[in-house]
Amino acid sequence: MIDTPNSYRTQPDSEGHFGAYGGRYVAETLMPLVLELEAEYNRAKADPAFKAEFDYLLEHYVGRPSPLYYAERLTDAVRAECDESKGAEIWFKRDELNHTGAHKINNCIGQILLAIRMGKTRIIAETGAGQHGVATATVAARFGLPCIIYMGARDMERQAPNVFRMKLLGAQVIGVESGARTLKDAMNEALRDWVANVDDTFYIIGTAAGPHPYPELVRDFQSVIGTEARAQMLSRTERLPDLLVAAIGGGSNAIGLFHPFLDDKDVAMLGVEAAGHGLDKQHAASLAGGAPGILHGNKTYLLQDEDGQIAEAHSISAGLDYPGIGPEHAWLKDSGRVEYTSVTDTQALTAFQLLCKTEGIIPALEPAHAIAAVVERAKTMPRDKIILANLCGRGDKDIFTVAEALGVEL
Amino acid sequence: MTRLATPFSPDRPALVAFITAGDGDTAANLDALVAGGADVIELGMPFTDPMADGPAIQEANLRSLGAGTTTADIFALAAAFRDRHPDTPMILMGYANPMVRRGPDWFAAQCRDAGVDGVICVDIPVEEDAALGPALRAAGVAVIRLATPTTDAARLPFVLEGAGGFLYYVSVAGITGKQQAAQASIADAVARLKAATDLPVAVGFGVRTPDQAAEIARVADGVVVGSAIVELIAQHRENAPQYVEAFVASLRRAMDGARNTEEISA
Repeated sequence: MIDTPNSYRTQPDSEGHFGAYGGRYVAETLMPLVLELEAEYNRAKADPAFKAEFDYLLEHYVGRPSPLYYAERLTDAVRAECDESKGAEIWFKRDELNHTGAHKINNCIGQILLAIRMGKTRIIAETGAGQHGVATATVAARFGLPCIIYMGARDMERQAPNVFRMKLLGAQVIGVESGARTLKDAMNEALRDWVANVDDTFYIIGTAAGPHPYPELVRDFQSVIGTEARAQMLSRTERLPDLLVAAIGGGSNAIGLFHPFLDDKDVAMLGVEAAGHGLDKQHAASLAGGAPGILHGNKTYLLQDEDGQIAEAHSISAGLDYPGIGPEHAWLKDSGRVEYTSVTDTQALTAFQLLCKTEGIIPALEPAHAIAAVVERAKTMPRDKIILANLCGRGDKDIFTVAEALGVEL
Repeated sequence: MTRLATPFSPDRPALVAFITAGDGDTAANLDALVAGGADVIELGMPFTDPMADGPAIQEANLRSLGAGTTTADIFALAAAFRDRHPDTPMILMGYANPMVRRGPDWFAAQCRDAGVDGVICVDIPVEEDAALGPALRAAGVAVIRLATPTTDAARLPFVLEGAGGFLYYVSVAGITGKQQAAQASIADAVARLKAATDLPVAVGFGVRTPDQAAEIARVADGVVVGSAIVELIAQHRENAPQYVEAFVASLRRAMDGARNTEEISA
């Protein structure tokens, strides 16, 4: 544990460190670009026109604010299964209703506006589940910039609908055959592209990780989730929620929800990692099963062996299938401000079906992990407590994966 | 003079030869590099995620890890090399995570004890020097920094802070083993770098043939060749040492010829 700071909302420091984590662990070729991005982001933050354009696009193109929704039938289902004094209210921030069906677009809008400010003319990105790839391809189409998406070949197989979406949007999707052919390998390949195309290319990183300033700027762009939710909750219930819950791969939707609440000391927070086949088997829970290390530009918790070789992650959710986590989560874990837990593939599948049947909402497999944790926590919390979870993506893209897991032939 | 300073002399450009540890018969290939005339050995530490490397060295990394190479194996290879070749400088090249996994002091002590003269860490720029640099310098191991086409004049002095051994000029913005930079741009860059530091300047990335090595040898203190050697090891496996030696010898001859020509024409 580290000393309790006066505020949890002042990270990172000027060198991009979140406590012992974060930083700028990139090749020298990229270092000047990363510094240039930081300088431009600082100028953009101080420019009211930048914020005005970001807000305009979020409202009229993305469809924000997203609703805050009380999940009454899910709450009732939980209450039917626990002690009658228990069963907290379950509320959702409906970021699956955004244009493109996930929270990823919030960040992509912000980053493409930065790319344009910097005069970059070519966009690259990595993607796991394809949600960030679709969101990137979307904003690239919207602003008329060529776009290349790197995606693990294995992820392309299990997320075929998103591959087609990206192509419809005009992006070139390049399958990555190295390693386990998933998100980590796609990120390696995107970095190789970036280092070879430093003059004209902007790399839109999809999660709150990578070299500084990416973890900070992705968090800031995604913080619209928590900022809206906090105001909506106060307006609807005249109080703050008791517990926030969000799924974590790299951690962008979670940090976006959590960050605006970090100094509300009565609001507890729970991040949910993917336990895959189980924490004693193959999984993607870097905080639960990893150790601090350096990868993809930042120091953070990583799944790795005793020699520092990176382990292959596994999750049924391609969006959580990554052996690292954003550095701010690493710091929030060590500081004790946020609690982290994990949910297996099987538990996520159960929660996926429960939400379909109780609320008429097909969630993505990523927030299905959060919902599994919400259901368990709600059973232990009094009825007058409120849990707010981020429904960060819709599940249309996952129906083939879910069908296969359930043994259903489509 | 330290072992690493010896090979860089004004009248004889140094050949820095790279192979990946644990890919093929590394001890035999290292001996072949020396026999062929390599002046500095750059031994690559395999990593699961070699994001600065092109296909040839990526595959060498995966072959090595697939064969079960550990960090302990790499230091054993280095220490045995030091016993066989007491005077040939050897540096380690690799990525941050395997280097810091057991702590920077542990890694630095291992380098010192194995007779490793310097370390290149791709993804620890000067901004993050604290992660490894102080430990290496305290152990007497040189921190070899990279300068690139994106390192401008304002930034260069900062990059040189705490640097030792030689300055490695990455001649192209890109990954290893791919395109080669234009000779004119290399000459300009080396002149700029040499004006800023007393360290020798070696040039690498995309240097694949004796002719290219000779061209660079006209202007730089050293030439780094990696992917082309690694490809020979991939192609010839257990028979690789003879091919490696012959190729390195052809590089060495071309580089010697380059300076001789220059002196005659001057």
